[in-house]
Amino acid sequence: MNRILLIAEHGARLSSATARTLRCAQDIGGEIDIVVCGVGVATVAAATSRLAGITRVLTIDSNFHAHPLAAVLAPQLAALASGYTHVLAPSTTFGKDLLPRLAALLDVPAISDVMAVESPTRFRRPIYAGNAILTVEAGELRPVAATVRLASFTAVTEQAAAAPVESAQVPEPAVTHTRFIALAAQGGDRPELQSARRVVSGGRALGSAEKFALVQQLADALGAAVGASRAAVDAGYAPNDLQVGQTGKIIAPELYIALGISGAIQHLTGIKDARAIVAINKDADAPIFEVADYGLVADLFEAVPALVAGLKNKSAG
Amino acid sequence: MKRILVAVKRVVDFNIRIRVRPDNTGVITEGLKQSLNPFDEIALEEALRLREKGVADEVVVASIGPPEVQSQLRTALAMGADRALLVTSTVPLEPLDAAKTLLKLVEREQPLLVLLGKQAIDDDNNQTGQMLAALWDRPQATFASKLELAGNTARVTREVDAGLETIEVDLPAVVTTDLRLNEPRFVKLPEIIKAKKKLLEQLDLATLGITPRPRLTAVHYATPAPRQKGVMVKDVSELLTVLTAKGLV
Ligand SMILES: Cc1cc2nc3c(=O)[nH]c(=O)nc-3n(C[C@H](O)[C@H](O)[C@H](O)COP(=O)(O)OP(=O)(O)OC[C@H]3O[C@@H](n4cnc5c(N)ncnc54)[C@H](O)[C@@H]3O)c2cc1C
Ligand SMILES: Nc1ncnc2c1ncn2[C@@H]1O[C@H](COP(=O)(O)O)[C@@H](O)[C@H]1O
Repeated sequence: MNRILLIAEHGARLSSATARTLRCAQDIGGEIDIVVCGVGVATVAAATSRLAGITRVLTIDSNFHAHPLAAVLAPQLAALASGYTHVLAPSTTFGKDLLPRLAALLDVPAISDVMAVESPTRFRRPIYAGNAILTVEAGELRPVAATVRLASFTAVTEQAAAAPVESAQVPEPAVTHTRFIALAAQGGDRPELQSARRVVSGGRALGSAEKFALVQQLADALGAAVGASRAAVDAGYAPNDLQVGQTGKIIAPELYIALGISGAIQHLTGIKDARAIVAINKDADAPIFEVADYGLVADLFEAVPALVAGLKNKSAG
Repeated sequence: MKRILVAVKRVVDFNIRIRVRPDNTGVITEGLKQSLNPFDEIALEEALRLREKGVADEVVVASIGPPEVQSQLRTALAMGADRALLVTSTVPLEPLDAAKTLLKLVEREQPLLVLLGKQAIDDDNNQTGQMLAALWDRPQATFASKLELAGNTARVTREVDAGLETIEVDLPAVVTTDLRLNEPRFVKLPEIIKAKKKLLEQLDLATLGITPRPRLTAVHYATPAPRQKGVMVKDVSELLTVLTAKGLV
């Protein structure tokens, strides 16, 4: 019987990252505990306990965890994890920072970015920016430690019945060599990039932070989240948390619109799972057109305002 | 001696689109251009800048890999590293073994700071720095886009999903680099010639007391299913028509 420990990611509320990671845990199968770390986590723990198909929620509630730091959390989680066959975390910056540290303390390897479960010890994951898919077998070593590629799993829904919530029996946090100073969150009230159904991204072609507003206008007309290529982020047109791709966010919206993005492999790896990709680029040979479901060769500064106007007419009519 | 150790890996150049072997036993790497992992180049650049600012005295680059890695280490020396360590291994190491090997080098070199890339772009693991920090029992600051040393602490801005997080860590510490930390310098010809005289020390795993223990088995490599070729539309109104018809807008 597998016993799976899932490390929850949360802010003030439960994050869809946890609900998607749970789907992967269910594909592995077994008893699933979710551990919620933070300070004053009762509300989040209660919401977590209503996720379908879990056995219990464990909390690690401490002033030390007001801002989760891998170095502080890992020793506590290592003490907890040794009783489990699997330890999972979402493949977000939180999970990627934490899970390898935890795995090393347990002297087990870590498997990054699980995209499919073939058996409780056999997983598929992308390598080389998604240009190859590796099937990896973990064998006998326990626990199996892995991060879960969120775009590959749908979120498990909440239900009425709640699993029990207990406080985890772990040693007191003891690490003081790492201290949180500040978080500059750049998001606004726009839909969150990783769970948005529609995403509009802009590339280097936008030319300036002011002109990047065009991307936002189209996103607003569609109720979409905004993304960006690395070139656009590097140039300062968009904040870093909007970067889509190998080293940014991996997303799977129903609709992805790429404006003035050439389609470098590192960008494409972030959007491969989108249901439909639309590309607007003035270069007919841009590689983005090889993956686009709908391509339009045009100057984006003409096409996008026309598209925004067309969408407005449509919703008015 | 205030020393910075930079871990660098040789990988297939980022511009190359690799292919899977027809028998699905691996990816074809023969004959492909190999380079320093881009994140590691950024790590080295940062170390060099810290030395140039006077907050570090020596920059040592280290790599684990086949003898051919010497060529990438020479590039690192030409960029400005003071000396290089090559731990030869004919088998690729999993991140946990790479971290254990790097720990041996850390014990030998006693660095103030260890810089690594956040991920090697071949296996895309993003693990080694975190594992090294755990085994060394020291702080980690991953995905750094800004790094400042002051006394015996480092202040690091990290690129996280929510935005930019700043943390402070006591030294010695492990820092892994993100893309926007800096733009690596180009190597100039005279430096390439000078680099030939710099010390490149070769070690092997056995001398360091490391017996690599592969724990994961690569069972199968596959080419991802390609996306269906799409259609080109002639103008915005046609685009709007097809998107509406498909229920996408
Ligand atoms: C290790 C590594 C990791 C990376 N990770 C990422 C990542 O996570 N995400 C990412 O995006 N990139 C990543 N990159 C960078 C990637 O290789 C490309 O450099 C980047 O994606 C290019 O961004 P772009 O398409 O906006 O710019 P460009 O490649 O410069 O493309 C601009 C496009 O705009 C078009 N254009 C210009 N003017 C107009 C106009 N008026 N109207 C319409 N079209 C126009 C041009 O034809 C061109 O195709 C990474 C690179 C490395 C080495
Ligand atoms: N064989 C190696 N030799 C030297 N450094 C390595 C090696 N493997 C990984 N690293 C370092 O660890 C970082 C992260 O690698 P990875 O965990 O494999 O994604 C790389 O960017 C390098 O700095």
